Amino acid sequence: MRRVNPEVTHRAASVGLWLSAGLALAVLAYIIGLVLVRGLPAVTPHFLLASPERMGRAGGIFPTIVGTLFVTTVALLVATPLGVGTAIYLTEYARIGRLAAVIRFGAECLAGVPSIIFGLFGFIFFVITLQLGWSVLSGGLTLAVMVLPTIMRTAEEAIKAVPASYREVSYSMGATTWQTVTRVVVPAALPGIVTGIVLAVGRSVGETAATLFTAGASLRLPTSLLSPTRTMAVHFYILAREGLSETHAYGTAAVLVVLILAINTLANWLMLRFRAKTQ
Amino acid sequence: MTVPESAEGRPAKIEIAELRVSYGDVHALRGVSLPVHPNEILGITGPSGSGKTTLLRTLNRLNDRVRTARTSGQVLLDGEDVYDPEADVYDLRRRMGMVFALPTPLPKSIFENIVYGLRIAGVRDHRVLREEAERALRGAILWDEVKDRLHEPAMRLSGGQQQRLCIARTLAQRPEVVMLDEPCSGLDPISTLKIEQALQALKERYTIILVSHNVQQASRATDRTAFLLMGELIEWGPTAEMFTRPKDPRTADFFEGRFG
Repeated sequence: MRRVNPEVTHRAASVGLWLSAGLALAVLAYIIGLVLVRGLPAVTPHFLLASPERMGRAGGIFPTIVGTLFVTTVALLVATPLGVGTAIYLTEYARIGRLAAVIRFGAECLAGVPSIIFGLFGFIFFVITLQLGWSVLSGGLTLAVMVLPTIMRTAEEAIKAVPASYREVSYSMGATTWQTVTRVVVPAALPGIVTGIVLAVGRSVGETAATLFTAGASLRLPTSLLSPTRTMAVHFYILAREGLSETHAYGTAAVLVVLILAINTLANWLMLRFRAKTQ
Repeated sequence: MTVPESAEGRPAKIEIAELRVSYGDVHALRGVSLPVHPNEILGITGPSGSGKTTLLRTLNRLNDRVRTARTSGQVLLDGEDVYDPEADVYDLRRRMGMVFALPTPLPKSIFENIVYGLRIAGVRDHRVLREEAERALRGAILWDEVKDRLHEPAMRLSGGQQQRLCIARTLAQRPEVVMLDEPCSGLDPISTLKIEQALQALKERYTIILVSHNVQQASRATDRTAFLLMGELIEWGPTAEMFTRPKDPRTADFFEGRFG
């Protein structure tokens, strides 16, 4: 009987794993590189700070940057407390396993729904039924519903990973559940919770279908929660699809990509600082 | 301040009567009755699985958190039933400090670990927090080693230091009883010695219950010893008597290392 030399297997596995990691990285680098190479030449101070002219063929993208930040902020302000709160309820408070299971199942189903369905729901519910119109608020609330499962599930996993001994110590010293949650469990789970929020930011900033139907496509600078607005992703979509300006489309994409990279870097840096203080 | 040689005659700090605890079909304690005298170090010893930890966790009702646990019998702290539905479980746990088998620093600074009990009790005054932290750290013989690094993460201390930190954290909550569950199980002999020294100094002010499955430690560090076996209290008495003239042959077998 012939036997495979373990050394050969080891080498083959190393090469295979290295190749898959390399390939994944290469695809990522290629996409980001392509967007930056094509887009960055268009990005000037004027492009960032001026309003669009002639439907975006000329001028800048300032209102869409503001619109993106507004809509994302609304989404996070709504989804974070709701998602983290639900996760805390499920892990620390819920005594009835069945209710928790139903909530988890619902969240998993929501996570798999395509974003255009959320857009349709947001249009019917927020824009029409609640009469919020195409607005920052409608767009933000729709995105909140969309990213809620992401925040909730990552927070739940992070909280579950907090060692049981931390809770035992806290309770043994006479702490209530609320004190234990706020002073021990959530701080210990914070890196994981923030990861979920960062993922949610990424999805919100880059979302097109859900915001097109709910925030609208206005090129005016939004001035209130009820102003219609156009996000950068929607702007890119319209510029590219209607063939208005390829240069400005890629310029918008480059700003979007840089923004997402910046948010991720900032979150990472904050987490490293936080960990250095506690561990 | 003089410490009574024996606390007989003074009312018991804790009176345990017919205490039974089961988890599903498993009986962890089968009717344990035992007084704990004030200002003594009571050792609870026995092989693993004999119910020592369950006994401790029942005294401060930490076992309430275990859903499958069923408890009956009585525990009186200063004559008051701790399982009375009206009893304040948070106050009970503050009065019954607990140190766990493995060092369990919280992911906070040394200082924040020490004052955790005070913070949850609502103490805000920084001067008070600082004074209490120093007092507690001195009580656990840790002050000199950490006084210049109070704001470093507690996780950076060595295992022995972490365990003394946990003792200090318990002292800072101003308990009346300090319960230690195998506090030296993961520690080297020198760290163990330091903790035993700290305990001897502490019994002037606290009632101490020391769970140990290490017979030598029980003989060195305790005034009285209770021997648990499979959830039953086999016998209890002054430590010296238990070691020289045990009444039950099983006690003698365990102490001489024939099982356990």
